[in-house]
Amino acid sequence: MQAFMFTLNSKPIAMDLPEKTALLSMLRNELGLSGPKLGCGEGECGACMVLVNGKPQTSCNLPLWAVQGQEVTTLEGLGQDGRPHALQQAFIDENAGQCGYCLSGILISASALLRQNPLPTRAQICQALDTHLCRCGAHERIIRAVQRAAKTEGLS
Amino acid sequence: MSTVVPRGFTVDRDDGRAVLPGNLHTNRKISQWLDFSQPGLVHVFTGKVELGQGILTALSIVAADELDVGLHQVHMVSASTLEGPDEGMTSSSISVQDSGSAIRHACAEVRFFAIQRAAEMHGISVDGVRIAEGRFSGPTGLVLGDYWHFLKGFNLHREYEGLSSPKPASQLKLHGRGKVRRIDLPEKIMGQARFIHDLRLPGMRHGRVLRTPSVSAQLTDAQQPVPASVLEPWSKLSVQCVVDGRFIGITAATERDAEAALALLGQQVRWTETTSLPDIHGLADFLRNAPHDTNFPIQKGEALAAEGVSLARDYLKPYIAHASIGLCCALAQWDGQCLQVWTHSQGIQNLRDDLTKALGLTKEAIVMRHVEGAGCYGHNGADDVAFDAALLAMAQPGEPVRVVWSRADELSQAPLGSAHLVSLRARLTDDGRISHWHHELWANGYSSRPGRSVVPTLLGASQRALGQPIPLAINPPLAAGGGSDRNAVPGYSFENTHAVNHRLTVMPIRTSAMRALGAFANVFAIESFMDELAHLSGQDPLQFRQLHMTDPRSLAVLDAVVNRSTWWHQQREEGVGHGLAWARYKNTSAWCAVLARVQAGETLRVLNLDVAVDVGRVVDLDGVINQTEGGALQGMSWTLKEAVQFDRTRITTQSWADYPILRFSEVPQLSIHVLDQPDQPSMGAGESVQGPVAGALGNALFNALGVRVRQLPLSQDHILQALNEPT
Repeated sequence: MQAFMFTLNSKPIAMDLPEKTALLSMLRNELGLSGPKLGCGEGECGACMVLVNGKPQTSCNLPLWAVQGQEVTTLEGLGQDGRPHALQQAFIDENAGQCGYCLSGILISASALLRQNPLPTRAQICQALDTHLCRCGAHERIIRAVQRAAKTEGLS
Repeated sequence: MSTVVPRGFTVDRDDGRAVLPGNLHTNRKISQWLDFSQPGLVHVFTGKVELGQGILTALSIVAADELDVGLHQVHMVSASTLEGPDEGMTSSSISVQDSGSAIRHACAEVRFFAIQRAAEMHGISVDGVRIAEGRFSGPTGLVLGDYWHFLKGFNLHREYEGLSSPKPASQLKLHGRGKVRRIDLPEKIMGQARFIHDLRLPGMRHGRVLRTPSVSAQLTDAQQPVPASVLEPWSKLSVQCVVDGRFIGITAATERDAEAALALLGQQVRWTETTSLPDIHGLADFLRNAPHDTNFPIQKGEALAAEGVSLARDYLKPYIAHASIGLCCALAQWDGQCLQVWTHSQGIQNLRDDLTKALGLTKEAIVMRHVEGAGCYGHNGADDVAFDAALLAMAQPGEPVRVVWSRADELSQAPLGSAHLVSLRARLTDDGRISHWHHELWANGYSSRPGRSVVPTLLGASQRALGQPIPLAINPPLAAGGGSDRNAVPGYSFENTHAVNHRLTVMPIRTSAMRALGAFANVFAIESFMDELAHLSGQDPLQFRQLHMTDPRSLAVLDAVVNRSTWWHQQREEGVGHGLAWARYKNTSAWCAVLARVQAGETLRVLNLDVAVDVGRVVDLDGVINQTEGGALQGMSWTLKEAVQFDRTRITTQSWADYPILRFSEVPQLSIHVLDQPDQPSMGAGESVQGPVAGALGNALFNALGVRVRQLPLSQDHILQALNEPT
């Protein structure tokens, strides 16, 4: 057991757990979050994507020692004060999903993209989301929702 | 123990009772569908479940439009054995037909009662009553009251009588228009707990099951499969092990303890395996030579004699996996008398039937609740994992148990879509018309869903000491759309048409329902072969098809996709190919035509997919578009990339690295055209497009490279193989 401290969605977290514990396991079990999802446990599908210091990383295969002292953001931390993030609003408005299981991770990666590149091209969006798997085939409307969010953000 | 009668594939309407619309026939009371006891809200019950297809949203539109209430006033209540109708499975793209029709008619009847009461109480004619947002007004605009007022004390526990017809299409305001917000998506997008994986019950234990490494694997030491040296320390750690034949499961207080125990079990338990799987490199030979039974979906006119054959070609589809992004998951709790199960099964009633058989409980002792899972495209492991949870929960009375499968289990233990061989032969007349057509196919059955056999079809149940083997996969009858022979009857009017369906009576690899069933392979084969025949006789593929088509809606959907395409009529660029295909799903359901534009370079790149669909009356327009887009992309993924791998012993597809699916960078430009037919019956939108997409892609590849690939997927390997084969 080891004490780990990091920032989760702008709040400090301290937890005594074995250092190899996967971040996702702690987020879903000890902290009871529902945003990040388990899809494979091998970092291959992107359903568990979180931001670590603003950079998308799969949390199912990320040991706790790697986030010691870092800033972690999950889907729950994207919107502020209960208000949806522009991306979340755009995904809701576009019905951008079918089952929705992949969306948490995709929203995380898209938020990192928009922060870096506020008006991405279609190709840039596809590249940013290429590590994410969506089995239902909602890709087209997901791309459209990211474009919509980029436009709204650009106007505000 | 109650005897449970196996369920059929369709509702038996020939049961001596007056035939009622949709699933009202078997759930005849209005109160099974509607409840107005909470002021301002209509609770609409359905036995259908949300699989990611948006059915709850579509059904809410049906209710809101028929009642003239706002969508925000409709609260959909999905399947549970405690309340609402028993609608069997949510499958086969019939939910809008069967559940939608029942809800529409039940709403029409309630609306009729409410209007009558309003008119009586206010002394006005029923014709003068208007309803908006659930509020009633009289001819002068006088406010009369609302549904909840007029239905107060009114007993809806009454059989549907058909006192009033549903509204004509012209009076439906929400049907087929604009974009209705999906009921379930906002919570999922906001990260709220809505999936079954997010359901956390107080005191919940975590269960895992050690699956056999191959279907025929036996325990090397059946007397002591788990060494005592492993079990003893566990008893102090509250890890409990359940061993019953080849079923080895554990529960633990935390998920990580359960995972660790499972990993240890994996190292300690020894299996003896045999080579029981077919040779993956000789799949066509295996299918053709395996024992089978045979039926004849169509025998029209003369059979095609060997000497009259103008062209004969074989097409092969491999085994494919559901590959949902989420993992199969279930929760169960046993209090010594009652078993509660939370499941994302497609059919809680069918699953309950099989649980009664497997666990020796009465139906009344089992309560099932549907909770949404990740995308479901057919009979995946959802039912199996529910049994796993139930068995582990019964070993631990009182405490709820949650079981989650692993990614490897998802890909190698759940039923697969069957491998499928189609052999086509045709005769062309001198003037380039097809006079004879012969379709012969070999595949395993496309259904081993629970509830339809006297033996449970649950994986874990079959692995218990006294478990019976999982029954062979069967095919739904043609009247229910068929299974491996779904769409084996071509949508063309040839004078002489024969189809032969060989269902394998061995099942070395477990198969069951996957989206579109046999239609995917059959339509790929038929539409490829039509292209080959057009090419052989020097005819334009589109005109060649039209020559053999008579059904106006088939012709219309093909015309629509061609006429609305922005690129189809343009000159082809170097290395680019155009292809088309179409089909009417199940020969009785939705029409779909697809155009594909591909670029054949080092890899095959799909540039465009244009799709036209006719699903009759459109309920949820964005829902139809979403299902069609998704079906097209999933169908494209199957066609270009997917094949489950195995050696002679094991399924070796264990991770996403072994089973690549479509990625964002591969998504083409999609154009979806929905031909609304407000006066025609609604048909499901989820499964019409996969077959035509496969056909159009194969034909576009041929158009680009001049090489015909008849073995799916249309991978680089298969393209190269085809290039090196003499044609």
